[in-house]
Amino acid sequence: MRKTTYWQDNLRLVGLCLVVWFVASFGFGILGLDWLNQIEINGLQIGFWFAQQGSIYVFVALIFFYAWRMAKIDREHGVEED
Amino acid sequence: MDLQTLTYLVVGASFALYIGIAIATRASSTGEFYVAGGGVHPVANGLATAADWMSAASFISMAGLIAFLGYDGSVYLMGWTGGYVLLALLLAPYLRKFGKFTVPEFIGDRYESQTARVVAVLCLIIISFTYVAGQMRGVGIVFSRFLEVPIGVGLLIGMAIVFVYAVLGGMKGITYTQVAQYCVLIFAYTVPAVFISFQVTGQPLPQLAMASTVEGTDGVPLLVRLDQVVTDLGFAAYTVGTKSRVDVFFITMALMIGTAGLPHVIVRFFTVPRVRDARMSAGWALLFIALLYTTAPAVGALARLNLTETIQHGAVFEEAANLRYEDRPDWFRTWEDTGLLEFTDKNGDGRIQYYDDTNAAFATEAARHGWAGNELRVDRDIIVLANPEIAGLPNWVIALVAAGGIAAALSTAAGLLLVISAAVSHDLLKGVFRPGISEGGELNAGRAATAVAILFAGYLGYNPPGFVAQVVALAFGLAAASLFPATLLGIFSLRVNKQGAIAGMLTGLVFTITYIVWFKGIFIEPMAPDTAEHWLFGISPEGIGSVGALLNFAVALGVSAMTPPPSDDVRGLVERIRVPN
Repeated sequence: MRKTTYWQDNLRLVGLCLVVWFVASFGFGILGLDWLNQIEINGLQIGFWFAQQGSIYVFVALIFFYAWRMAKIDREHGVEED
Repeated sequence: MDLQTLTYLVVGASFALYIGIAIATRASSTGEFYVAGGGVHPVANGLATAADWMSAASFISMAGLIAFLGYDGSVYLMGWTGGYVLLALLLAPYLRKFGKFTVPEFIGDRYESQTARVVAVLCLIIISFTYVAGQMRGVGIVFSRFLEVPIGVGLLIGMAIVFVYAVLGGMKGITYTQVAQYCVLIFAYTVPAVFISFQVTGQPLPQLAMASTVEGTDGVPLLVRLDQVVTDLGFAAYTVGTKSRVDVFFITMALMIGTAGLPHVIVRFFTVPRVRDARMSAGWALLFIALLYTTAPAVGALARLNLTETIQHGAVFEEAANLRYEDRPDWFRTWEDTGLLEFTDKNGDGRIQYYDDTNAAFATEAARHGWAGNELRVDRDIIVLANPEIAGLPNWVIALVAAGGIAAALSTAAGLLLVISAAVSHDLLKGVFRPGISEGGELNAGRAATAVAILFAGYLGYNPPGFVAQVVALAFGLAAASLFPATLLGIFSLRVNKQGAIAGMLTGLVFTITYIVWFKGIFIEPMAPDTAEHWLFGISPEGIGSVGALLNFAVALGVSAMTPPPSDDVRGLVERIRVPN
């Protein structure tokens, strides 16, 4: 019973992170490129920035967020190591 | 001190460091040889993974690719980093919990099938050798340019170094050598980038250069200036690119899924002590990778601007604005010697015209001004290596870049050679042909397999098959279409069985190989021209791995639904790897 719930919590977190992953790269950098490119900071179009740099920052933050939240979920369900 | 002596000194010092580390950390058991005994600190593993992952392609070629592709180059930036998110969320923690040595081993155990394991070994070997050939070519280029030895001698030196630390040290030796190699390569990449960024924009942080203004202009932003300069010469605007949006989408997806399915990357997560270390370690790895990957687009943009303005230093079609061949700078001469930079004076005016002569409208206009075609061929691989010279940086920076390029190539080659030898000695020999082999025997077999793989890789580097560029698409396509879906389904589905997994992998493989060979023609002539109107849904061979992966998923799920579910043992295995303790 407990294990199923742990797995569901895990899947929910993974699903949420994958949505962010998709939106930051495919969403902002490719599909929504023209729309976001209307915003510019000193000649740097925001859609172009997401495609070349912004998405990478989001990916890094996302993995650390996932690792942190998973450690919390592990503890809540008493399945942490050691 | 002259450049060559300095380069020998810096490169020699870095080699001594790698070998010293390898001797201090040599492997004494199969566990240490394959996965460093599972005792690597997550930050150290992150550093090693970053060096393992960032190959000659990342270090030498990527910024150059971006410089000439502009927006289209984003596929590499997003594709080769986004895969780590998939790896961290979907594979790494579970494979760590599985706790054995190789990816084919997981596939064999999860699907209770030696056939599945052998199919996985086959994919792994094709993917890894493709990659190694590219690394060896990178070592050859760096040696021949900076140490001015023949490519063959350079290759032999590179092979000897890898031989010492991969064969002796196994995964344990490789891991700590890669930590050192990361430090060398990131320093070598960042230093020139900071100099150039500061020279051109006054902004020392390359990550911010793209939002800065060009020095010596009236506050013109870098990218606006760059778009202007390149479109004036008939090239596509830097920030727009030429690939279709659909193709950019699918190539990015294929590179991401392919990255997450590359065995030499996955196996690095077998080396940390705990499941939660595997999760954190993926974050560290991507952070260290991101240092280079967020610098690369700035280097690309700055180099493109520098190069174009060196050749065309005034208004287009004004005669004196084109660089006279006689006045070409020193770096131009040295790179001409390597054949990677070529000038042909088509209109015989002694000046260099560098423009897009495939742009019909611009070419007609240019012809009216006596331009007879583009006269400069620039190999994109020289951008990073020539950058310090173009910017006139001191010799020690140039020597450092040489050492960095070699570090990037060697670290990746070593990681790849290790997964090849593990697949041969552990999966084929112990797993299939001689299950009774002793640990000492397996360790020796692993070392012998590494040695043979190095010789073969050296041969590929010396006689690069004409299709190196094509097989890179193949490596990512195969990883995406075969290993990634089979591994993912093995963890997230209790229902997918042996029949489903094998049918899925074979479908993904056959479809992807056929599509790539159809347009790229590996071993045979291409069956159709490699252009958008012939592609399926406008997806280029570089991006077809994502469709292959989708087919793999669909077939695996479909076939599994029609055949009996896996045994209770497999169910137990999957439930065990899903929880950390």
